[in-house]
Amino acid sequence: MTLDGVVAPVVKPHASSSSHPMLSLVGRRLALGVVTLVAVSIVIFAATEVLPGNAAYAVLGQHATASRVKALEAQLHLNRPVVVQYWDWISGVAKGKLGTSFANGETVSSLVVPRIANSAVLVLLAGVIGTLIGCALGILAAVRRDGWFDNAMSVAALAITALPEFVVAIVLVMVFSALVLHILPGTSFVPPGQSPWAHPSLLVLPVATLVIVIVPYIFRMMRAAMIEALESDYVEMATLKGAPRWRVVLVHALPISIAPTIQVIGLNILYLAGGIVVVEYVFAYPGMGAGLVDAVSARDIPTIQFITLLLAAFYVFMNILTDVVALMASPRRRLPRS
Amino acid sequence: MSNVTTPVPVGPGTIPRVTRSARLQRHEWLAVLGVAARSMRGRIGLSLALLVVAIAVIGPFVAPHSATAFVSDLPFATPSGHYWLGTDVLARDVLSRVLDGGWLLLIMAAAATILGVVVGALAGVMAAYYRGWRDGLIMRIVDIILAFPAIVFALMLVSIAGPKLWLVVVAVAATHAPQVARVMRAAALDICEKDFVKAVELNKVPSGKIIRGEILPNLVTPLMVETGLRLTWSIIIIAGLSFIGFGLQPPAPNWGLMLNENRIGLVSNPWCIIAPAVLIALLTIGVNTFTDAVARVSIGVERRVDEEQIVMREELPGRSAEPVL
Repeated sequence: MTLDGVVAPVVKPHASSSSHPMLSLVGRRLALGVVTLVAVSIVIFAATEVLPGNAAYAVLGQHATASRVKALEAQLHLNRPVVVQYWDWISGVAKGKLGTSFANGETVSSLVVPRIANSAVLVLLAGVIGTLIGCALGILAAVRRDGWFDNAMSVAALAITALPEFVVAIVLVMVFSALVLHILPGTSFVPPGQSPWAHPSLLVLPVATLVIVIVPYIFRMMRAAMIEALESDYVEMATLKGAPRWRVVLVHALPISIAPTIQVIGLNILYLAGGIVVVEYVFAYPGMGAGLVDAVSARDIPTIQFITLLLAAFYVFMNILTDVVALMASPRRRLPRS
Repeated sequence: MSNVTTPVPVGPGTIPRVTRSARLQRHEWLAVLGVAARSMRGRIGLSLALLVVAIAVIGPFVAPHSATAFVSDLPFATPSGHYWLGTDVLARDVLSRVLDGGWLLLIMAAAATILGVVVGALAGVMAAYYRGWRDGLIMRIVDIILAFPAIVFALMLVSIAGPKLWLVVVAVAATHAPQVARVMRAAALDICEKDFVKAVELNKVPSGKIIRGEILPNLVTPLMVETGLRLTWSIIIIAGLSFIGFGLQPPAPNWGLMLNENRIGLVSNPWCIIAPAVLIALLTIGVNTFTDAVARVSIGVERRVDEEQIVMREELPGRSAEPVL
């Protein structure tokens, strides 16, 4: 994950005299987000329906007879113009009519909607725990800069950022459920209709995997930002006037080092939207990621389209939220420039 | 940072400095690679990566058994004198599959990286050089692709035509190109404003030649760092796609697929999981660590060039070069 492109939007001095500059900025970003999402929906539609190897062949196999393909195309309305098909799909999504799954004839919403809550639990827990651990380790490493803790953590962070999620997951399974200890379940199948909160032990390993994957990035940014803050003049001032060390770090240095870190935290929560695909699959956790893998295996195009659109929508709006929160965290950029 | 108000002295005294920094730049990327390879991190990273590459390249020639033949009656047999790492889910020799299961993964990762970096770098540099509608168009396309999680985008592309190898390569490259384009555009915007570019433009040199001859050579160092990062991600995504069943197809062995098909035998014969997992981990850690070494050196080089050009400059407080990647 790279940090490029994370440019804080500049508030124009006289952008709008009537409303608050923050509000107009949020409005513009939201409008741009909606436009991006429309473009994204067109890309999803084009990639899944227009590219060679169309939906009917995907369902029937490459060796289907022409008449069967024709019949299925008529049934799925694939014989109509592309623009009409797209409009049918996107207006259906807007109205909540998602169509029928190719895989088992159920409606797409009955397949996907229960999974949304399950994935949300995973992303929320991993995001909160990862942020807390990452920030805490970053602050500790910055305060004890170049000490053994700092060096060990930096090397560990470098190694862990390179590890694929499934390797982390398999190592955790080996250690905690199969080879060394036998204290946690190696698969996290939550029975349909039940909340994952009712089975906390099932959540431990998937959440731990995602936390391990995102912590190094948050740690690095927090450490770098905290080191910069600790070298600033007013932190020196606070130290000289006799404030205790913990107060200097937590009250004086932390607030300014949190603004750049928020961008990275946001990027990592974004990353979780993709990270759940592999992690849910490893643990057979019934979320959207595992649902996407199942749908791709079954070539279940309506389900693929809807899950992809949902994940992209989360991505786009999470991006906007990150920018706005980072903006609010840095007072200098919050007000119009004088 | 330095708020130097003193003007750069213009006169005979500055000429040697300019030529020195120019000479530094000509083979800068080779020098950067050399210095990085001699640093501690660079040495560790390079040896880990080369070790795994050597196993993947030499492996198929020294494998004791066939990678796809059912050699034993017993699935998940523990290591023995005959089968050094035991057997897997279909009673095939784990050692042979490990030795034979890396080369295709490496070729695909390299191909996806090269394709993604070339397309992304060209798009980014063109956007920065031409600005205007080309810039707008390229960056909007970049925004749209970046609105997908990378693995979701790749999955979507392979969902219809099936997991064909070239399609996996193209899909992974397509997730790289926008990231590379953003980084290269940002780096190229600075270069395009430099006087030497303006000077060549005044001589009516065609723009394609300016991009190739003047701008790209100054971007080799950031491009190297970006290539290393992208290579790590290629390996992660391609192995991950194979792991969830949409990359390289069975029965041919590959490390990602082996992890998945042998999971049920983790307790009986852990080696069929440990061996491919360790190789993937060493490879990605090695590439990433070497990239980190290159990034550290290149930041140092940039700073040195700046110092030579600015001539007078306040000393930075002893701040370590921390690349946030």
